[in-house]
Amino acid sequence: MALTGLFLILFLLIHLIGNLQLLANDGGKSFNIYTEFMSTNPLIQTISKGNFFFIALHTMQGLLLAFKNKKAKGSKYAIRASNNTSWASKNMALLGTLLLAFILMHLWHFWFVFKFGSNYDVVTINGTEMIDAYTKVSVVLTQPVWLISYIIGLIVLAYHLNHGFGSAFQTLGLRHKKYTPIINFVGKAYSILIPLGFAIIPLYLYFTK
Amino acid sequence: MRLNNKVPPGPLKNKWTNYKSSVSLVAPNNKRRLDIIVVGTGLAGASAAASLGELGYNVQCFTFHDSPRRAHSIAAQGGINAAKNYQNDGDSVYRLFYDTIKGGDYRSREANVYRLAEVSADIIDQCVAQGVPFAREYGGLLENRSFGGVQVSRTFYARGQTGQQLLIGAYQALSRQISTGQVRMYNRHEMLDVVLVDGKARGIIARNLLTGSLERFAAHCVVIATGGYGNVFYLSTNAMGCNVSAAWRTVKKGALMANPCFTQIHPTCIPVSGEYQSKLTLMSESLRNDGRVWVPKKVEDAEAIRNGKKTGLDIPEEDRDYYLERIYPAFGNLVPRDVASRAAKVVCDEGRGVAPTGLAVYLDFKDSTMRYGKARANVLGLNGTGDVEKLGKEVISEKYGNLFQMYEKISGENPYQFPMKIYPAVHYTMGGLWVDYNLETNIPGLFALGEANFSDHGANRLGASALMQGLADGYFVIPYTIGQFLSAEIRTPSFTTDLREFDDAEDAVRERIEILKGIHGNKSVETFHRELGNIMWEYCGMSRTAEGLTKGKELIRNLRKDFYKDVFVPGRIDEYNPELEKALRVADFLEMGELMMEDALDRNESCGGHFREEYKTPEGEAMRNDEAYTYVSAWEWNENGAHKLHKEYLTFENVELKTRSYK
Amino acid sequence: MSQDMNLTLKVWRQPGPNAEGKLETYKVVANEHMSFLEMLDVLNESLIAEKKDPISFEHDCREGICGTCSLVIDGRAHGPQRGTAVCQLHMRHYKDGDTIVVEPFRAKAFPVIKDLSVDRSAFDRIIQAGGFISVSTGQAVDGNAIPVEREVASQAFDAAACIGCGACVAACPNGSAMLFTSAKVAHLGLLPQGKVEGKNRVKSMVAQMDKEGFGFCSNIRACEIECPKEISTENIARMNRYYTHAMINSE
Repeated sequence: MALTGLFLILFLLIHLIGNLQLLANDGGKSFNIYTEFMSTNPLIQTISKGNFFFIALHTMQGLLLAFKNKKAKGSKYAIRASNNTSWASKNMALLGTLLLAFILMHLWHFWFVFKFGSNYDVVTINGTEMIDAYTKVSVVLTQPVWLISYIIGLIVLAYHLNHGFGSAFQTLGLRHKKYTPIINFVGKAYSILIPLGFAIIPLYLYFTK
Repeated sequence: MRLNNKVPPGPLKNKWTNYKSSVSLVAPNNKRRLDIIVVGTGLAGASAAASLGELGYNVQCFTFHDSPRRAHSIAAQGGINAAKNYQNDGDSVYRLFYDTIKGGDYRSREANVYRLAEVSADIIDQCVAQGVPFAREYGGLLENRSFGGVQVSRTFYARGQTGQQLLIGAYQALSRQISTGQVRMYNRHEMLDVVLVDGKARGIIARNLLTGSLERFAAHCVVIATGGYGNVFYLSTNAMGCNVSAAWRTVKKGALMANPCFTQIHPTCIPVSGEYQSKLTLMSESLRNDGRVWVPKKVEDAEAIRNGKKTGLDIPEEDRDYYLERIYPAFGNLVPRDVASRAAKVVCDEGRGVAPTGLAVYLDFKDSTMRYGKARANVLGLNGTGDVEKLGKEVISEKYGNLFQMYEKISGENPYQFPMKIYPAVHYTMGGLWVDYNLETNIPGLFALGEANFSDHGANRLGASALMQGLADGYFVIPYTIGQFLSAEIRTPSFTTDLREFDDAEDAVRERIEILKGIHGNKSVETFHRELGNIMWEYCGMSRTAEGLTKGKELIRNLRKDFYKDVFVPGRIDEYNPELEKALRVADFLEMGELMMEDALDRNESCGGHFREEYKTPEGEAMRNDEAYTYVSAWEWNENGAHKLHKEYLTFENVELKTRSYK
Repeated sequence: MSQDMNLTLKVWRQPGPNAEGKLETYKVVANEHMSFLEMLDVLNESLIAEKKDPISFEHDCREGICGTCSLVIDGRAHGPQRGTAVCQLHMRHYKDGDTIVVEPFRAKAFPVIKDLSVDRSAFDRIIQAGGFISVSTGQAVDGNAIPVEREVASQAFDAAACIGCGACVAACPNGSAMLFTSAKVAHLGLLPQGKVEGKNRVKSMVAQMDKEGFGFCSNIRACEIECPKEISTENIARMNRYYTHAMINSE
C-alpha cells in the first residue's frame, strides 16, 4: 500500500506540473506540445503503463485489506464513538472507491477518447500535427456538471491524501522524533495544495471562458 | 510429628554453597522422564515453571487467570532488593540478611534468609538478561534507591512498575518454554485439590473454568506458588481473585500452615469510601519521605471535617497533631509499616479521623512543597521573587506525579491542593505453608514457593523483598532443591490419572461443588465474604486481644454455618461461572480465618504484624517475648476444631535478638 | 457529600460463545465515589438477589495494571477517560439520568466467552512465537556488564508498559494487534540483550499475529488513543522497520 501510494503521490505532483500549462495564456499551445510529448515519448509511455499498473495494484491491495480487516473486526459496536481519530483514516476504502470512480471518469474524458475515439480536433503546432487536447479539456471542464464532479473528486483526493501521505511513511517505518512532524506537515500541506492546484485549472477555465 | 527443617550443617555462609555441591542430581535423560506440576504463575510460579522446563523436566503449569501474565505480582510498585553493593555504600549479603531478619522481628529461619540474600544478586543479572528495563543512570549502569528500614541503597526498580516488569520477564521465559513444549500451560484452570498417592503429592484436580469440567493431572511432584491469603479480610490491596484455596486444600490433606496470624498492614492506602468498596489501592511507601502525617488535635475539628464543614486547610498549624513526629522523634514519618499503621488506628479510634467514615489521616505535602519550592527558586536565582508554591508543586509532581494522578483518579480530590487522605490496609501475608530448607512441605513431594510459603519474612516483611523472595524461590532455589526429592524418584514411572486416589479426590471435589450449588439460600457469596472481612479486621486486624480473638473465632464458626445454610450460587456447575469460583474460595477463607484467630490467640506476645493489646510496653509499643515464642507455629487443621500446633523452634546463631525502637 | 445517581445501563448479554447476544437494559443506583466496576458489582448483587444470572465481566487487580478488565463503554475501549483502564474509571464522570452502553471487546480473534468476557489467548500465542529473550536461568552475565543508554532504557520501558489488555484490538476498526505486537518487538529490540535474535523475533511474531486472524494496520491510530498505558504507534513504525530489515536480510 505504502510503496504504491507513494508512487502515486509522486505522480500527482508531476501530473499537476504538466497541467499547470493549461493556465499558460497561449491558446493551449504549450499544453498541446506537452500532451504530444507525453503521449509519444517511449520513456513516458513506459512510466504511464507503470502508473496504470500501480493504480490497479493499489486498488487491489486496498480492496484486499478492506476485505480482510472487515473480517478481522467481526461484529460492530452498538455505539460508534468518535475518539479523535480522523474521519479519513477510517474511511480510506470508501474514499479510494470514490477516487477510482473519479479516475475512471477522468480516463474516459481524456484518455479513452484520445486513444480510441475520434471526437476531438487536430491542430498543427510548429509543423507537427497533433491532437488539440487543450480545446477538449476546456470544453469538458467548463460544463458545470463535469466541473462539479471534478471538484468533488478532488475533495475526495484531498481526504485520501490527508491520511495516505503520513500513513505511507508510518507503514514504511520511517518515523523519527525530529523528522516525522516535518513529514506530517508536508503531508497536510500536500493534501491541500495538490488538489487545490488541480481545482484551480477548471475554475480558471470556467471563469475566463 | 517432629518438624525437620533440613537446614544443612556448617557455617551460615557456606550452607547453600555446600548444599548445592552435595545435593543429589538428576541426570538429563532422567529429567525427561519426570513430571512436575506448578500451580500459579506469579513471580514464583512462572520463574519456577520456566527454570524447571529449561532443565528438561516435563512441566504442567496452571493458572486460574486467562493468561499467566495477570498474576498479582504485577501490581508491586516499589522495587526489588539485591545485595549488589553497586553503590559502594557498604552493602553485603550479610547486611541484607541482617536487615531482613531484624525487619521480620526475629521470627524467621536464619538459613533460609541468608540463602535469599545470597541469591539476590543473581536475580538482578537474570532479569537484566531477560530484558527487564530497570532504571539506568546516565552512564548506562543500573540505578538504585533506598527503601524503608535500611541504611543502604540496594533497591532496583523500573519506575513505579517493578513488579509488572519482573513478572513480564518471567512470563516471557515461561512463554519460551511453552513454545518448545517443555511446559504445558493450562490457563483458566483452578486447582481444587491435591492428590496424594502413598502419602506423596502426585497430582491435582483442577476445574476448567470455561467448561466447568473437573480434570485430573498427575506428576511426580507438585509445586504450589499461589500467593498469599490477604483477601480473607475482604478489603485488601490484593487483586479480587487472590485466594488461599490451593494452599488450603493441601492443608486439608495434612500440610501445615505456618504463622497464619502474621499479616502486614500497609499504612499508606487510599481510604475506604463506602459500603460497595471492592478493594483498596496502595500508595507507594516512598510518599512518606516527603509527606507529613497528621490529624486534628481536637475531636470537634475532626468532626467538622467529617461533616464537610471544614477541610484540612482550615485547621491552623497549632491545632494539628503530627503524631508520628511527636511519638517517634527519631524516625518520625518514616517509622516501619507496622508502627505507622497502628498509630493511625489509635488516633482514629480517638475520634480524630478525617474521612466521612472516620477512618483516615492526612498525608500532607505542604511543607515539602514549600521547601522544594524555595530550593528551586534559589537554583533559578529568583531570590524570593518567584511563586515558591508553584515551583514546589512542580518538584513534587516530578517526583510523585503518577501517584498523585492515581490518587486523584480514585478519590476525585486534587492532592496538590488538599492534603491526601490515607489509611492502613491489608497488604501481604508473611504466614503460609510450612516448608523446610528445600521449600518442601511436610507432605513429601509437595513444595511451596513465594508468598504461599512462610519462610523468609518472619513477623514483618521489609519493602522490596517480596519480589526478591518470589524470584529467588523460583529461579534459584527450587531448581536445586527439587532434585533432592526427584533424584529418589527416577525409577518411578509416570503416574496415570486412573488411580483410585484420583477417583476419590475428584469425587470429593464434585461433592463439595454440588453441596454449595445445592444450598439455594438467600445471600450472595459476596455478602458472606464481606462479613468475614469485617470480623477479621475487627478482631484480627491491626491490634488484637485474647477476648476479641476468642469472640472472633466464634463469629467465624457461626458465619461458616450460616454460609452452608444460606448461600446462593447462581448459574450452572458445568459452565463458565465466576460466582461458583468465588463461592469455593470464600468457603476456604471461612476456615483459614478461624486458623488465623487461633494462631493469634496462641501467640501471647506482640511482634511485627501481630500486635496484642495485652503485650505492650507502658508507652504502647510492641513487646516481644523471645523466651517463650521464638518458634514457628505450624498448624495442623482439624475438622472438629481441635487444631494442633507444631512448633519449630528458631535458633539464632548469627544475630543477636534486639528490641526494635524507633523513638 | 455524595449524591445518588440513577443510571440506565444497556449491557451486552450473551450466554455462551456460540449463542446470540443482545443488549439488555438495567436500572442501577450508583454514587460518584464508586468505580465503574463497583457499580457493576452493585448491579450484579441486585441480580443475584433476584436469583438471576449476574453479568459476567473480567477484572482482577482493579488498579489498572493486570490488564484483565475489558469493557467497551459507549463505544470506547476502557471508557471515556484517556490513559485509564476501566477499573480506574470512577462514576463521578457520569451524572444522574445517564444511559451507558456496555459491550465486550470485539474482534474476530477475541471470541466472546460470556456476556462481557472475551478470550484473549491469541496474545499469549503471539508472545510464545518469539516475545522473549532466549536466556536460561543461570546463563546471565553481571547486570552491569551490559550498559544501556538511559534514553534507550526509558524508550524500552515505555513499550514494555503494555498490560496486554487488548484495548488496541478492541478500538481498532480493523481488529489489528499491531500495537500489542509492536510494543513487545520494540521493548526487546531496543535493548542490546534483545537485538541478537531480533530478526527472527519480528518475523515469527508477525506471522503468528496474522495466523490468529487479526486485521492489518491502516494507521488509524485509535489504538494509541484508547491504550490505557498510552503506548505510542511509534512502536508500530519501529516494528515495520525491523520487519522490512529482517525480510531483506533473511536468507
